[in-house]
Amino acid sequence: MRLDGYLDGQVKNDLDGDQPWSYLEHMSVIRLTVNGQAHALDVDPDTPLLYVLSDELALNGPKFGCGLGQCGACTVIVKGQAIRSCITPVKAVGGAAITTLEGIGTIDKPHPLQRAFIEEQAAQCGFCVNGVIMTAKAFLDKNPKASEEEIQQAMSGVLCRCFTHVRMLRAIARARAELGTAK
Amino acid sequence: MTRLSHAPAEGIVTAEASARLAGTSVSRRSFLIGAGAMVVLFSAKGQVGTAAAQEFEGGGGPGAPSPNQLDSWIAIGADGKVTAYTGKEEIGQGISTAQIQLVAEELCVPFSQVNLIYCDTALTPDQGITSGSQSHPTNFNHRNLALAAATARETLVELGSKRLGMPADQLMAADGVISAKGDSSKKISYGELIKGQRFEIQLDPNAKRKPASEWTVLGTEARRPDLPALVTGQFEFVHNVRLPGMVHGRVVRPPMVGATVVNVDEGSVKGMPGVVKVVVKKNFVGVVAEKPWQAIQAANRLKVTWSAGTGLPSHTDFYNYLRAEKPTRDTLLVNSKDVDEKLAQAATVLKATYYYPYQMHGSMGSSCAVADVQGDKATLYSPTQGVWPVRGSAAVLLGLKPENVHVIFRRGSGCYGLNAADTVTFDAALLSQAVGKPVRVQLTRKDEMAWGENYGFAFVMDERAGLDGDGNIVAWDHESWSAVLGNRPGYATPGNVITGSLAGFSPEPFMARSPAPEPPAYSNNSNGVPSYVAGNVGGVAKGTGAITSERALTHNIASPFFTGPLRSPARLQNTFAHECFMDEVAARVKADPVAFRLRHLKDSRVIEVLKGAAELANWEPRPSPNPPSQRTGMAAGRGVACVAYEGNNGFAAMVAEVQVDRETGKVSVKRIFFANDSGPISNPNGLRNQIEGGTLQGMSRALVEEVTWDDQKVTSVDWQSYRSLPLGFAIPEVRVKLINRPDQPATGAGETAITIVAAAIGNAIFDATGARIRQVPFTPERVKAALSQTLTRA
Repeated sequence: MRLDGYLDGQVKNDLDGDQPWSYLEHMSVIRLTVNGQAHALDVDPDTPLLYVLSDELALNGPKFGCGLGQCGACTVIVKGQAIRSCITPVKAVGGAAITTLEGIGTIDKPHPLQRAFIEEQAAQCGFCVNGVIMTAKAFLDKNPKASEEEIQQAMSGVLCRCFTHVRMLRAIARARAELGTAK
Repeated sequence: MTRLSHAPAEGIVTAEASARLAGTSVSRRSFLIGAGAMVVLFSAKGQVGTAAAQEFEGGGGPGAPSPNQLDSWIAIGADGKVTAYTGKEEIGQGISTAQIQLVAEELCVPFSQVNLIYCDTALTPDQGITSGSQSHPTNFNHRNLALAAATARETLVELGSKRLGMPADQLMAADGVISAKGDSSKKISYGELIKGQRFEIQLDPNAKRKPASEWTVLGTEARRPDLPALVTGQFEFVHNVRLPGMVHGRVVRPPMVGATVVNVDEGSVKGMPGVVKVVVKKNFVGVVAEKPWQAIQAANRLKVTWSAGTGLPSHTDFYNYLRAEKPTRDTLLVNSKDVDEKLAQAATVLKATYYYPYQMHGSMGSSCAVADVQGDKATLYSPTQGVWPVRGSAAVLLGLKPENVHVIFRRGSGCYGLNAADTVTFDAALLSQAVGKPVRVQLTRKDEMAWGENYGFAFVMDERAGLDGDGNIVAWDHESWSAVLGNRPGYATPGNVITGSLAGFSPEPFMARSPAPEPPAYSNNSNGVPSYVAGNVGGVAKGTGAITSERALTHNIASPFFTGPLRSPARLQNTFAHECFMDEVAARVKADPVAFRLRHLKDSRVIEVLKGAAELANWEPRPSPNPPSQRTGMAAGRGVACVAYEGNNGFAAMVAEVQVDRETGKVSVKRIFFANDSGPISNPNGLRNQIEGGTLQGMSRALVEEVTWDDQKVTSVDWQSYRSLPLGFAIPEVRVKLINRPDQPATGAGETAITIVAAAIGNAIFDATGARIRQVPFTPERVKAALSQTLTRA
């Protein structure tokens, strides 16, 4: 999976050079399964996945924070792995099953992590919550018995600028306990 | 999220509001209600209207209707549902929850019955800017929203009295029902009282507020109604506004500060798929395309020839530049006129200088707005902190009449002050005007950080104190230098933010003034006056301290970068200097830092929070530094700081316990003990959340955050070049003691905590190591340098 070279459009990609509009020929149908729903989308295959999720599929969970893979706001889960959708070209995940924040639970049936965030009132502006919950989910799915320290380590690439850190880590620990008992 | 929706269909909308929504003006008061309703009007004649209008921070500017022209604050429907209109918005601080609690409490209805509509120029009153920890004081004290709810409740009780044939004092209101005290069979609901009728009542300045002792909704830990949608991805931020026919804009900013457009080669993007238009207005350049990815690629490819930049003062030498640059605007906050004399007579005079860098709001999501400008009308979906002011300044920018500009607040990423919300609103507005279609713009991270926001102020602060023979401070002299450019755009100054300036509008002029005039009245809005002085202006001492010989003098210079309010603007910087200096003086006279502070304080609320934090921390009285047992390895220490925020808008003290790694200079904060007094507590959980967030954000700003630049441009343009402590850093334990004061007016609480963090950590580093760090951020390099100086001295 390609995770570099899409620095928010700041870095010129392979369109530079003497074939300026060659990607027109690359327009092709990309098949994605998002939250269990299959989609066939006619998009430039180099489009970062985030734009496809936000603008083509109108999903509000994954968010544009930095476009550089530095903050986590755009995180989605692909093959059990938390990835940064802002720097992942959609062609890299063609055919893969993608899970977004919307896909793990609903207001009526929240995922244990989502429920824990409500229980702990673990948000301020809430913009980072997608990255926090999705990163934590991918991690806890693989490491259901992780220690607090390991959880902190796993969250070390995720930002929250309101600094709701105390509650968010408490919520993750709470969900881990619940997920642990469920299994 | 119906309760927090802005959609007019969700609430009761008066004819006037609906006329404003439709873009027409109507002067008659009538209601667009099928089944009846009661609406509390904000009286144009009433004294409260006038008094309250004066309280509005920035409200009622030129071209904007004053709050008393707006017709409804609270409307109760025949179904008993309540719609409350507020000009104070949710920017992540939880104030919408507290405002719902307030209305539910005063009206005696369940929390779930209240629908809060905030910040829409067609619907809500002009309460200026949501900022400066003013939402609580504005709407929770005896005025505005609180008074409107109390007026409605009293009127309903009167109506109930008539219908039930019982005196009002034998009735009670609860859960939207008026019933006889002691006989619950005699009752009537609000809905039944209102059904089929229209009540238009004036705000009553004498309406009785419910005493805190009777609160059942306020003071409880009501949960934030927006959280379920936020954590499940259902919540719509401004980033998620999608209008029919919407296209996407991308701005192209100058490569260097001061660079201007020489030429834009539109041909360079000709034929690119999806490109709608290249837009140029003076130095504002943007591209509009059908899809965001197309706009990004076109913006990257667009050939713009820029002039050379105007150059920047050296970053490494910036604090000297700040101190020396002319002209200045000088202001005296207090001046007892005997400071020089007292310092000359003092047994000892201590001096120190403190440095604080430009910092960013650094919002998590880069700023975004959606604009739909069609002909002479504009609709702007904006995360601005002030819909009414932006309506005015956007009208100036677009050349439209303010009444034809409709600004609708939509939540953005947490802002903490003047991030790029207003600038991006102007970006979207200009691009939409050029293409005649709805345009969405979200800034790049780099544009947000280098060409979007108005930075928090850099400061140099000199402190001088004269001590008597017993080690008491007898004179305090504070002098500061900071740089300003632009501000909030207000009602008429789009040039106060970057986009307006690029489009050819001037920022508010720099008004040089030196020497400073004598202070006209006491104001400690900037916390330039230390907590320990008397604050005597015109013979009245309004400060919180005992020291009577006092001077606080500030100098502003013109800033090379746009600046604006960032959480605790100037107050954090000044408090960093005051509270570190107080510690330095205490150390010099070998006094315990808490006891030494108490000796110079006279305000009981500051004293109580200071004692509260010390008690929570099990503070052991002794002077700092703690004699180090060794010169290597880890050193532990504790530091204290306190503040009367803005002089009287919140009181807080904290103790920080830190560990300093002498080898690496790395500082870890282990525990924070915090005592807070912000008057009556509306929601303890929300207040704790603000304090926890404020202390940790304060840590990040104290330890790692600084705007950097080279000779032409800002170089802190992403999360690697502008650091922010991530979720994975060693998070300290934060223990909070809330002091509830039901009998006092409400104060702000959103900015109090962050104000004292840098000082408390700096003081703790000193306690641990004997090294004093007078410059933020406390980077490992800076800490190591200070440590090596200590070793040299020893």
